[in-house]
Amino acid sequence: MEIGEALRKAISRFMGRASHDKEAVEELIRDIQRALLSADVNVELVMELSENIRRKASELRPPPGVSRRDHVFKILYDELVRLLGGVQPPYKPAGRPHVLVMVGIQGSGKTTSVAKLSNYLAKHGYRVGVVCADTYRPAALVQLRQLLQDKGIPVYGEENSSDPISIARRGIESLKPQGLDVVIVDTAGRHKDQDSLMKEMEEILKALKPNEVALVLDATIGQRARSQAEAFNRLAKIGWVMLTKMDTSARAGGALSAVAATGAPVRFIGTGEYLEDIETFSADRYLARLLGMPDLAALVERVRLAEVKISESEVEKMMSGRFTLSDMINQLKEVAKMGPLDKLFSMLPLQKVKSIDVEGLADQLKRWEAIVNSMTPEERSDPAIIDSSRARRIARGAGVAEKDVKQLIKRYNETKRLMKTLKRSMGRAPRDLLLSGLVRKEIDRDTLKG
Amino acid sequence: MLEGLKRAFQTLSEKVSKTRLSEKELGEALEEFKLQLVSSDVSLETAEHVAELIRPRLAEVQISRFGDGEEKIAALYRQVLSEILLDESPEKLLEEIRLKNSTRGDPYIILFVGPNGGGKTTTIAKIAFWLKKNGLTPVLACADTFRAAAIEQAKNLAEQVGIRAVSQRYGADPAAVAVDTITSARAGHESVVLIDTAGRSEAKKNLLEEMRKMKRVSSPDATILVLDSLTGSTGREQARRFHQDVGIDYVVLTKLDSDSRGGLALTVCYEIKRPIMFIGVGQGLGDLIPFRKEYLIERILA
Repeated sequence: MEIGEALRKAISRFMGRASHDKEAVEELIRDIQRALLSADVNVELVMELSENIRRKASELRPPPGVSRRDHVFKILYDELVRLLGGVQPPYKPAGRPHVLVMVGIQGSGKTTSVAKLSNYLAKHGYRVGVVCADTYRPAALVQLRQLLQDKGIPVYGEENSSDPISIARRGIESLKPQGLDVVIVDTAGRHKDQDSLMKEMEEILKALKPNEVALVLDATIGQRARSQAEAFNRLAKIGWVMLTKMDTSARAGGALSAVAATGAPVRFIGTGEYLEDIETFSADRYLARLLGMPDLAALVERVRLAEVKISESEVEKMMSGRFTLSDMINQLKEVAKMGPLDKLFSMLPLQKVKSIDVEGLADQLKRWEAIVNSMTPEERSDPAIIDSSRARRIARGAGVAEKDVKQLIKRYNETKRLMKTLKRSMGRAPRDLLLSGLVRKEIDRDTLKG
Repeated sequence: MLEGLKRAFQTLSEKVSKTRLSEKELGEALEEFKLQLVSSDVSLETAEHVAELIRPRLAEVQISRFGDGEEKIAALYRQVLSEILLDESPEKLLEEIRLKNSTRGDPYIILFVGPNGGGKTTTIAKIAFWLKKNGLTPVLACADTFRAAAIEQAKNLAEQVGIRAVSQRYGADPAAVAVDTITSARAGHESVVLIDTAGRSEAKKNLLEEMRKMKRVSSPDATILVLDSLTGSTGREQARRFHQDVGIDYVVLTKLDSDSRGGLALTVCYEIKRPIMFIGVGQGLGDLIPFRKEYLIERILA
């Protein structure tokens, strides 16, 4: 099964469950583990990610207005983005010329990647030159020249030299006068246990002092990706990673583990055999695509916003029992501010949610507001005085039915009771509790109905 | 290089021999064993199959409870691994070549296939070197007419080994290069034709199609799949696709001088039931050694 599909299945199974208790989280973790392991993600990293989800899901409270289900999902999402190296600003090589050395294991696709990247940067307005410092693989220089000869990108190389350090040095010296923005140095393939080659790389880097070192990694690499990447990172601080062969059936988990281990983000991916087959990589976009949820990032952003807003005075007001009808309406309005509610719910990765009567909630808010506005100040501060005749008058003034007024008062009383409970328990954020009483009830009931 | 596999078996062996495992404990031990296989790059699916293969037999070992538990378990592992891993002596290939040369007077044709960057061309040079040492006259067909500089690389290597290389221009029909080479080898009474092909992704149907055509036209005596031992679970998909679409006789695993744990050997043998003949252990022409499964098993259990 493809990784995206496996993750999607795990998530939709979790989202579709009636309850999202510890057991559900454990089930989700098991499914995610399986998906990641079969995608070559490093075993230790998978265990670490599982533990993080488990811990955060049990320790952190869902922010106000966010169900436990969505909260767990957000935790999972964050962990996956972290695994992918986090979100990166766009690539901007700085320095004149910006010297970029590309390193990697034999056969990972370095030379092809050097050619692709130089062509890509040239197309984006940079003046690029390439130096071939691979003195081991036969015809490496010929390969670069063949790929770049008609692109107007100068390639420096020496046919019969076996000293990559002086080639690279002379290459940069000879390209410098051409006023280039970027010089990319291609190096020979090597792996961590080839001591002399690793040492050679160290010396090349010491001699060149490049602005950046990029690691080229084959997306099909397995569990050893991590130890290999760590070895490269020890000798040359890896700035970023280019993942190649993303057009294969590779699930890239090994390479992504390497990314997590070095802390270097993936910047580019190779997606085919031709020079143009290169794309920039963004962890959140990739994840959204992987999970088949293009609007996921937006949803996550909303959850993030909801996490921060709660004012001290509001809390105090509620706690002191001076919680009025107007306060309740204001709180609800803030929930509505999270965005057009129907849009928010449609972004939830669950089909069923679409059937929620979110319009209903918004309408109800409007009605309630009208009702409160039709009350006298006394009624607003002490709704207990509202008897049937007052209710009739208010209903007429607000243009609603009498039962709507009663419903609002009932809801207010329920919420107030919750506040009292809260005062005793102090267990959860007041606004959270308030919302759980007001909003979630609606959503859950509708979700179950759907 | 096979630390992980070794550790996996050892952990399981310690657990089972020291205590008498309940059903639950046995399950947990197998789960841990499975994870450790996975961390040795055995694909998850294959690791699960192996764990299931071991489960009933492990239960049996417990029941008998003689004083020699650990030894018995070690023997069981040896047996299970030995059942899955397949090897083939390169001597057999030499025999086949000599047989065809002497009876039909024809060159023996070997087609090399594999994903990009697996080490095909380097492996071919090493095999050519080995064949030459054994008194044979290999010829190289540069049928990778796609990748930039592939022809120069192959020619360069042929020169290093001291053999003839046949090539055409880039973009030429690879099958035509192969036929060319075979015809000239036949005329020149050369003994082996080695066909180097372009690396192809197992996910690209049309490229595999082209490979099938190559096989039809060159009708090789042996088709060798070259795989990078650092490959993760994709190795399973690669082996299966190439075997299904092209048909594989022998496998060569490369880059075993890296810290690769060799789990791919288990995956490949389990999935396509074809033997591994050589492993590549370095960049030099002589860095190719016969794969012996006993050797691999000993490394795991030692």
